[in-house]
Amino acid sequence: MNLLEVRDLQVDFNTRNGHTIAVNKISFTVKKGEITAIIGESGSGKSVACYSLLGLLPQPPASIESGTAVFEGRDLLTLSESELRQIRGRDIAMIFQDPMTCLNPFMTIGDQLIEPLMFHKKVSKASALARAKELLVEVGIRDPEATINNYPHEFSGGMRQRVMIAMALINEPKLLIADEPTTALDVTIQAQILKLVADLQKKRDIGVIFISHDLAVVADIADQIIVMEKGFVVEQGDSNAIFTAASHPYTQKLLAAIPSDTKVTTLNDPEPLIQVKNLKTYFNTGTTVVKAVDDVSFDINRGEIVGLVGESGSGKSTIGRSILRLLPITSGHISLDGQDLTKLDTNTLKQTRRRMQMIFQDPYASLNPRMSVYDTLAEPLLLHKIETRKTVEHAVLRLMDEVGLARAFIRKYPHEFSGGQRQRIAIGRALATKPEFIVADEPVSALDVTIQAQILDLMLDLGKQYGLTMLFVSHDLAVVRHIADRIIVLYHGKIVETGTSETLFNTPQEAYTKSLLASIPGRNRLAS
Amino acid sequence: MWRFIIGRLLQAIPVIFIVITATFFLVRAAPGGPFDAEKAVIPEVKAALERQYRLDLPIHEQYIAYLVDLSQGDLGPSFKYPGRTINELIESGLPATAELGAYALLIAVIIGSLAGIAAALRPNTLQDYIPMSMAMIGICMPTFLLGPILVLIFGIHLDWLPVSGWGDIPGDKLMPSITLGAAYAAYVARLSRAGMLEVLSQDYIRTARAKGLPEWQVVLKHGLRGGMLPVVAFLGPAFAGLLAGSFVVETIFQIPGLGRFYVQAAFNRDYTMILGTTVFLSTLIVLFNLLSDIVAAWLNPRLRAQLSE
Repeated sequence: MNLLEVRDLQVDFNTRNGHTIAVNKISFTVKKGEITAIIGESGSGKSVACYSLLGLLPQPPASIESGTAVFEGRDLLTLSESELRQIRGRDIAMIFQDPMTCLNPFMTIGDQLIEPLMFHKKVSKASALARAKELLVEVGIRDPEATINNYPHEFSGGMRQRVMIAMALINEPKLLIADEPTTALDVTIQAQILKLVADLQKKRDIGVIFISHDLAVVADIADQIIVMEKGFVVEQGDSNAIFTAASHPYTQKLLAAIPSDTKVTTLNDPEPLIQVKNLKTYFNTGTTVVKAVDDVSFDINRGEIVGLVGESGSGKSTIGRSILRLLPITSGHISLDGQDLTKLDTNTLKQTRRRMQMIFQDPYASLNPRMSVYDTLAEPLLLHKIETRKTVEHAVLRLMDEVGLARAFIRKYPHEFSGGQRQRIAIGRALATKPEFIVADEPVSALDVTIQAQILDLMLDLGKQYGLTMLFVSHDLAVVRHIADRIIVLYHGKIVETGTSETLFNTPQEAYTKSLLASIPGRNRLAS
Repeated sequence: MWRFIIGRLLQAIPVIFIVITATFFLVRAAPGGPFDAEKAVIPEVKAALERQYRLDLPIHEQYIAYLVDLSQGDLGPSFKYPGRTINELIESGLPATAELGAYALLIAVIIGSLAGIAAALRPNTLQDYIPMSMAMIGICMPTFLLGPILVLIFGIHLDWLPVSGWGDIPGDKLMPSITLGAAYAAYVARLSRAGMLEVLSQDYIRTARAKGLPEWQVVLKHGLRGGMLPVVAFLGPAFAGLLAGSFVVETIFQIPGLGRFYVQAAFNRDYTMILGTTVFLSTLIVLFNLLSDIVAAWLNPRLRAQLSE
């Protein structure tokens, strides 16, 4: 039975920068009792399409140019704002991407949970609260009596997303729209939330639209998949058909971008470049001491890419920063090529820094917005006196060639680039001083999947070309598996397991590693 | 929370001490003395006066004696109002000034936040431009210009309101309160507009809309608290500023308040009066800043959690 039938939906944006068609004559149906996934990269129009159905797009700049969206016999696009309001939160509910920002920080979760119920169904506060507690238990929040009066900041990201789900389900909607609900979460939490959404959907037999940029995430739960690119639906169909016989080149590209191969390596005569011995980095918050890194030892051999894997709070980023001496360490030794970095004075450390560079997660935040590509890339070259004022431009152009940036962009500023291009700039900046060792801290996790694959390939190529040694920090096991020779699994500041990518993925020893591997989205479908 | 409040009060002690010390020595460093302007004072009389007010002592002894008096709550005798103490004078002027300040603040908050919220709801439309242009005028217009203009229009031309006095004729409190509050209303309008715009673009506002709540509930229930935080932070220092800045309004409308003492004292080199009003106002500023921080913490659960750690 068709729950929602969208025909020829077109949404335009009129802004000062011009007129764009965000959603271009798309048609799709959502069936009762099915999960329909809409897949596309940022800017593909997948969220815009869904928001426009519920009148959640600010108009202007958006305008719905044409189309119908029939939900239970009524065309959503022709309803007045007050009629739509009756449907929003009652018959169609939404959950959003970032649970950290989607809950009101000034209200207790109880007050926020009961709001839709009290507003739409006019029930008493007491019975609304009782229902809210039942739902909290159902979404996996223990002790709702105690937690219902807590504020959002007292919950973790995964718990907040559970609260969001409970809030969306409190009126027992017929359609749930989930906009990238797991993108901001750790991999094991993501697996839990995916399972929760799928379970609740089955139990209630409702329709779900699941918006995601990542095919792998929806692989195991979606019944139907709609692939969007640049405002168009390029392919849609049964989930099995998409994964086994995708016909559109863009879908094939998306599928190919899912890193699924394991890097196989044979290192001849390992020679350690980086040695970390008994590293401890503690943070003193005044009242408590957080043991972010607690007695960690490992070597990284010359030319090797070591993946450092763990969830948020596992200390993986802290290790990277500790090695580069960007953070004061509590105790332990770190050496580069046999030279103990913890004993260096500031001047020698500055000399040594040249040999070690860092690539950060967020290319939006880590590039100075007031510096052009030229300024960004020339700065380290001039600072370390690698090039002179006269030769620097040539060196900058060469770097841009290497990281795949067109030479014409040399005077442009970071905001003029896409996320992937910015990460290329950041990689270029890191490579400028011809370092031997690079710490890459989640370098691709802010990027769309196809861009992610390009950047990973670029890093692998450059790694080979420069003979780089790399510490690749990531929460995404599939990505690490693709790029790393050896993987270190971290949990609560300690090493759980170490092994080559091959052995770790095929024969994990520790329970934690196994649970991490089991959380990789789409593993069932993609393995077959 | 209590630890935070007590901590802040303890921090205030050195601040006020520095204010007292700086004021004490600065007023004495200024040329002229309290009795220089008197005509043909016989040296003996002048010496007697100076002895009476301890001006014959070395400056450091004057300073210590003042601190000793102050620690007992005694702000000393006035130089220009013989026979009256500073404490009495402040007590006599404070009620009118405090009332004027409170009304002005009320006007500032009500008019300012309504205008700001209205502007934030429809940014870059007439509903935004009109109140915001008026706010700009309000900030630029000095009180000594606005006061007389209001008097001319409403007091003389239309003859609706009395032109001076305080509490003598019904309605005589309205014009002074508006005159004093106008500039603050303008600041509040700009702050609440910016605050509301910021909050209304947050993800949780979209969540509230997705629940199907009507727009007024989205704005009042979900937006207002966060949007008003900048205003709350501004109000503490603003109230103290209102009291200190009430001089012009008190002069225009002939209100027997505190402001006139403060300004006259500076011209008259009335040392104890300058010090007394400074001590009094700086204590108020500290207290009102603390008060607005407490209100901000009460509104914001995250801040509350940080403070109770």
